[in-house]
Amino acid sequence: MNDAVLRPDSAVPDWADALYDVLVQQKVRQVAYVPDAGHSRLIAQCEDNPDMCATVLTTEEDGVALLAGAWLGGDRGVLLMQSSGVGNCVNMFTLIENCRLPLVAVITMRGEWGEFNPWQAQMGQATPDVLARMGVQVHRVDEPTDAAPTLDAAIRQSFDGMLASAVLLSQRLIGRKAFTAEG
Amino acid sequence: MADSQPRLDRREAVARLLRDRGELLVVSGLGSATYDCAAAGDEPCNFYLWGAMGGTAALALGLAQAQPHRPVAAITGDGDMLMGLGSLATIAAAAPANLSVIVLDNEVYGETGAQPTATARGVSLVEVARGCGIEALEDIRDMNALATLATRLQRCEGPLFANIKIEAGEHPRVLPARDGAYLRSRFREAVLGAGP
Repeated sequence: MNDAVLRPDSAVPDWADALYDVLVQQKVRQVAYVPDAGHSRLIAQCEDNPDMCATVLTTEEDGVALLAGAWLGGDRGVLLMQSSGVGNCVNMFTLIENCRLPLVAVITMRGEWGEFNPWQAQMGQATPDVLARMGVQVHRVDEPTDAAPTLDAAIRQSFDGMLASAVLLSQRLIGRKAFTAEG
Repeated sequence: MADSQPRLDRREAVARLLRDRGELLVVSGLGSATYDCAAAGDEPCNFYLWGAMGGTAALALGLAQAQPHRPVAAITGDGDMLMGLGSLATIAAAAPANLSVIVLDNEVYGETGAQPTATARGVSLVEVARGCGIEALEDIRDMNALATLATRLQRCEGPLFANIKIEAGEHPRVLPARDGAYLRSRFREAVLGAGP
């Protein structure tokens, strides 16, 4: 096999299960996502929950719009994506601020902590600043034990306060991706 | 570029679609689609977009998934739909029975000087929707077909796509409120009732 294969180099950690529990406790019904390996367990759990409505997107900005519609119809939602998707969302964030809508994005970070692929570096490094410039509250998680409490706080702040929040799951937390020829 | 086949007047078309709207929730795309929906009668169950180009159909999908027992329609222009073509794939995969996506296709970017869109050069939004797996009516060019669409979008047997070929002429703008926070509160109260 000559193609480089992308795979996570760490086992599925407990923090992913804890994030799912927060979504259930906080009555999050719609989960929109563009996949990332770091989100794979959470996505699978949401897809398997018959009380949740998981929607796979073609681009992250559609998730911002979709969750605006979800909340207009009475559903809480979250957007799962990786840092490269933040750039795709920029203009759509104006919908959230103009309409004072809640938005919670859970973003797995790329382009930091030993990232192999340099094409991830620029958007990864720019992600916190881009979010802040668009009025999104940024909460970064480096420690596994902080993941669930941070998501819980972000959900409360967004849905109680009608604002946009992003939880950044650092690349050190989710595990550096390894490119190997063996797969 | 426009062919010689008949086209509908956009204001008449939208007024007909919304005449007997019942429980229909409407999301309108920025520009003329928003003005057309306002001209047909401003009401709380219309959510008007003034920006967020490309996001109309995706927003309507989230709404349709939250309100599965009410018909939902995205009404937008060809420019907005072309920017968000991927949302047709997302809608097809999600397959909400209560969602209709309706494009008012004048084949130009009307707000910016009538530059031709891709539909002026042969792109068929109907075929794109079908390729995604969404049932799509033939391009609508007369009021009888429009009446059929008005009936169909109440039936919630979708998702359904319709492309209405409209004349490119401009109408006087009918401007609804553009305070997004007001529009969202008004809409939520109409759909969910008063409350926190």
